[in-house]
Amino acid sequence: MNAFNRNPLIELLLKLYLLLAFAFIFAPIGASFVFSFNVDRFPSLPLGGFSTIWYETVAADPLVWEGLRNTLVTGLSVSVLATAIGFGAAYTDFRYRFIGKSLYLALALLPPTIPVVILGLAMLAFLSNVHLSGATHSVIIAHVVMCAPFAMAIIRLRLSQMDPSLEAAAWNLGASEWMAMRHVIIPFCKPAILAALFITMAVSFDEFAVAWFVSGLNETLPVKVLGFLQGQVSPRINVIGTFVFVVSMTLVVLAQILLMKRGSAPKAAAENAGVQ
Amino acid sequence: MRKPITLYGLTFSLPMLIWQVMFFLAPLLFLIALSFWTVKNFRMEPDFDTVNWVRILGRSVFWDAYLRTFALAAACAAIASALAFPLAYTIAFKLSDTARRWASFLMVIPFFTSYLVRVYSWQIFLSDNGIFNALFARVGLGPFTMLNTSFGVMIGYLTLCLPLVVLLQLFSLIFVDRNLIEAAHNLGCGRFGTVFEVIVPSAKVGLVIAALFCFILTFGDFVSPLYLGGGDPPTLSILITDTTKSGQQWPRAAVIALTMIATLLMVAFAAVRYAYKERGR
Repeated sequence: MNAFNRNPLIELLLKLYLLLAFAFIFAPIGASFVFSFNVDRFPSLPLGGFSTIWYETVAADPLVWEGLRNTLVTGLSVSVLATAIGFGAAYTDFRYRFIGKSLYLALALLPPTIPVVILGLAMLAFLSNVHLSGATHSVIIAHVVMCAPFAMAIIRLRLSQMDPSLEAAAWNLGASEWMAMRHVIIPFCKPAILAALFITMAVSFDEFAVAWFVSGLNETLPVKVLGFLQGQVSPRINVIGTFVFVVSMTLVVLAQILLMKRGSAPKAAAENAGVQ
Repeated sequence: MRKPITLYGLTFSLPMLIWQVMFFLAPLLFLIALSFWTVKNFRMEPDFDTVNWVRILGRSVFWDAYLRTFALAAACAAIASALAFPLAYTIAFKLSDTARRWASFLMVIPFFTSYLVRVYSWQIFLSDNGIFNALFARVGLGPFTMLNTSFGVMIGYLTLCLPLVVLLQLFSLIFVDRNLIEAAHNLGCGRFGTVFEVIVPSAKVGLVIAALFCFILTFGDFVSPLYLGGGDPPTLSILITDTTKSGQQWPRAAVIALTMIATLLMVAFAAVRYAYKERGR
């Protein structure tokens, strides 16, 4: 903005308002962290003493470990499948033009706009009708549907930074389509592919609603948290919340670092192409 | 690059198509069929009977829940848009590049924290002997009932969608032509005039889409109404979870889900039309 429009008082107020909004957004996250170390069962002010007793309670609960195992199995499978599917869809959009492409893209990107209760009900009814519900693989199936659009969007953004003639150049130099894919496209997309792996894993890690509908007895950790919420007040939620937050943030920061390293990848792709 | 269909091309394009047709489109279509099934002796049977539609749509409980859900979601879309605009405006126009990047990054973080845990955290803040009432008591106020009220629901809804609305608004504000703003100033347009006559109309599509996403998210959310609103009287999403989890009345839940989808489609259609109305001229 140009200088004569600046009013220091208004700017100060706006910035204070922004800080207030961040306080609103981060208060629940911070409180959860603080109260996970609080000794009292019923959280309130003033704080009781510092204690790791709730961490010990959670660590001693075999159901939590089982939930964690289900979450990890689901998260890993979902991230690989969703990223592979998303990559294919992003590459299709990048390279091909065909009749019905807008429908194809709608199918690829729509799932996150459907409310999770509806998706959960539809998945539960459909999967139990074909005898696929109530197991860890049901959650995987549902989460891939929800996560693939994110993977596609991330990889598609990366592809749009690539010069389409790079691939054509590889073909002209005698590379087959498969070789060009392996030595040009995939190296170029590698940071986005890794980012998509982490982001989809983080999304699956936090998803509770659809998982709650379809998982049956094989509950994932977020579904366990939903169970705790329905029961009594328990600081265990704060402990699991803090743990999941740390894991998710690690994944997101890793993804962010990978996406930031833009400069190095095209060079690698060019070098790989040169080898052919 | 028009090419004949090759094995190579299909290898990349088919997996998404197959997966989303099988596990996204088919379940949604199955929901339509399911809504005409009947339940006899606690077992669902394939059928073509409109009994579920008649039952659900004939109940005042359903229509009460429908209106309440719609009103809450619409109110949240309006409140979130109003609260978010000064935030997006500040981030877009009043911060340095570095600060803007940090602010956007901080707005992204909530997407990767558990919504459930944050709602539980709000219970700690809002309950009768919670943090807020403890703070109010120190200055001799309260206690106020905040949990299990519409206010509680709104706090939960805003937790869910305020960061998204800010980011979507920010995204459209960043692309507002700065020359336009400069021109408005040079022609003597005041500060508020510039915001409402220049910035808001240029960013209209993004602002409407942001409100739309807020509506969609909150219309389908069952966590805030249940754990911060008390769940009674219920919203549509609570009706769905209750009906589904408490036995075999899935066909009725399907009817509720389909009315929700129809509503969302209509709202989305109206919003998109409104967003692009005058720009297309």
